[in-house]
Amino acid sequence: MLENIRLSFQGIWSHKMRSFLTMLGIIIGIASIIAIVSTIQGTNEQLMQNVIGSGTNAVGIVLGQSSDYDYSFDYEGVPAGVPVIDEATREQLIGVEGVVDATLYTSRSYADNIYHLKTSLTGAQVLGIDTHYFNVYGYVMRTGRGFLESDYTNFRKVAILDQTAASSLFQEESAVGKTIEIGGEPFIVVGVAQLSSQFEPTINSVSDYELYIGDNTSTGIVFLPSASWSIVYQYDEPQNVAVKADSVEYMSTVGKPCADLLNARLSTTNSDLKYRAKSTLDTVEQQQKINESTNQQLIWIASISLLVGGIGVMNIMLVSVTERTSEIGLKKAIGARKRAILTQFLTEAAVLTSLGGIIGVITGIIMAQAISRIAQVPVGINIPATIIAVLFSTIIGVAFGFFPSVKAANLNPIDALRHE
Amino acid sequence: MILELNDICKDYITGKLVVPALKDVTLHVEEGEYVAIMGPSGSGKSTLMNIIGCLDEPTSGSFLLNGKNVIGLSENEIADERLNNIGFVFQTFQLLPKQTALDNVALPLIYAGVSKRERRARAAVALERVGLAERMDFLPTQLSGGQKQRVAIARAMVNNPKILLADEPTGALDSKSSIQVLELFEKLNREGVTVIMITHDSSVARHAKRTVYIFDGELSEVKRQEELI
Repeated sequence: MLENIRLSFQGIWSHKMRSFLTMLGIIIGIASIIAIVSTIQGTNEQLMQNVIGSGTNAVGIVLGQSSDYDYSFDYEGVPAGVPVIDEATREQLIGVEGVVDATLYTSRSYADNIYHLKTSLTGAQVLGIDTHYFNVYGYVMRTGRGFLESDYTNFRKVAILDQTAASSLFQEESAVGKTIEIGGEPFIVVGVAQLSSQFEPTINSVSDYELYIGDNTSTGIVFLPSASWSIVYQYDEPQNVAVKADSVEYMSTVGKPCADLLNARLSTTNSDLKYRAKSTLDTVEQQQKINESTNQQLIWIASISLLVGGIGVMNIMLVSVTERTSEIGLKKAIGARKRAILTQFLTEAAVLTSLGGIIGVITGIIMAQAISRIAQVPVGINIPATIIAVLFSTIIGVAFGFFPSVKAANLNPIDALRHE
Repeated sequence: MILELNDICKDYITGKLVVPALKDVTLHVEEGEYVAIMGPSGSGKSTLMNIIGCLDEPTSGSFLLNGKNVIGLSENEIADERLNNIGFVFQTFQLLPKQTALDNVALPLIYAGVSKRERRARAAVALERVGLAERMDFLPTQLSGGQKQRVAIARAMVNNPKILLADEPTGALDSKSSIQVLELFEKLNREGVTVIMITHDSSVARHAKRTVYIFDGELSEVKRQEELI
């Protein structure tokens, strides 16, 4: 076998030009596939890094209608059959494997009734939060204080701003201690919060933007103690739930049991109304699947080049068998079994295409790097894919080399020896 | 008895015509003999050689090689018979042009499943035996005709076959090289190898201890149609 491989290399080397041209189809096919796979890999790795990098591992569990996330509120209270989520239920959520914390909050987007003196904040998001929200979503206090137990028990009209809201309303001034107006009610700003890790996700496309920035299109966030929510908004609203997963791995698994737990408490007649987990990771995984299926089609197209390459190999192997008829005749005469001849030619075809595969992988990696430079797309080398690519090119060699090899093995030694 | 051919017939079918190439050929060769098979072209001597060399099967008759019936054996068994019992020498040498003399000689040993180290050692010994120890790493193109044929003989002998089967071994050689090759055959024969040589040249056949004549597919021990040869 080793002898056959050595002889194959000798053969390829002695017909450099011909061997290269034969390999070209394989090289192009494999290189395209590797380039495509590397691009998918790179994009997917980046999508994932954006999730991991944000570091919060928060999974939102949102009440919604049928397949839509987010219950479309008519601002007239909680739908019938949706009970208030109490502290005991929150404890139960924390009991789910992989959940380290849980928060309950109400949310109103695009609020346009927030003022400080004559400065207005339009398009802000108002959140009525409990004391766990900041931990779950990874906020820390930049200045001032957080909400205290007494803020809740005394229904104090206090607010915390995020940095965006603070700078919109107060510019350079310090916000702490100032009064703002929300829906006509005065609230004292007790602190300014910021995300603990300032993570900038890498944005390459509109969908990336929507995925990571989408919820933050508001011009700022105003946090209120959940107890004080009804001071501004007269109606109760269904609570949103967010749980903090122990690690990124848990992000896709904690959502379902938490949602199930909450759904078990529902007594609504509307069977479409359900809690659903909304993890960034899930969205990312969906995005990755879309990427992959799009590129799957490209891989099929690239495979046609491999097929053409394979036919080229078959063609050249047939030529090689004809050229070496007398060699085959001699080998058979001196005692080579049919199988030995078959193996020799199969090895030759497989070595040829494997070599093409290896060159193709290298070319593909170079192509991927070039694409990454030119198109500003991240690439990642998928090691299993490169191994499969080389193995696959070997299989092509064996498959397309089979017919010529059988032809060689079946040559009649007398005729073959007479052939000049 | 190393070779025992009894009533061998070989017919070639070309279209609807049956052309007999061998007619009831009977040939017995003892171990250690040196036999020349002589005949003009078209006499059937190549067909006979192919049958003796297990490259072809007769239409009828029996053939015992080293006491073993080789007719009706499977393709693999026949290949093994050729590997172990017969060393071929061809008029056109049939050396692999891209391989050194040593590799050419070692070739049959690959099929005999001999390890690489041993292959090289045995091939070197075989080349020494034909007086080409100095030319081991030469390519066939770097060798003269006589040297090429000696490499081919070394290759034929490397697996220690019982029979050396030579088809017009001097056909492509000048007279000096021819004599060297024929002397080599005599030397090998003295060492116990059965040599069967096919030739149309009576001066070559003279080196054999025994000559049989073939004409129109019929074999005889006497040179009955000498004037035609």
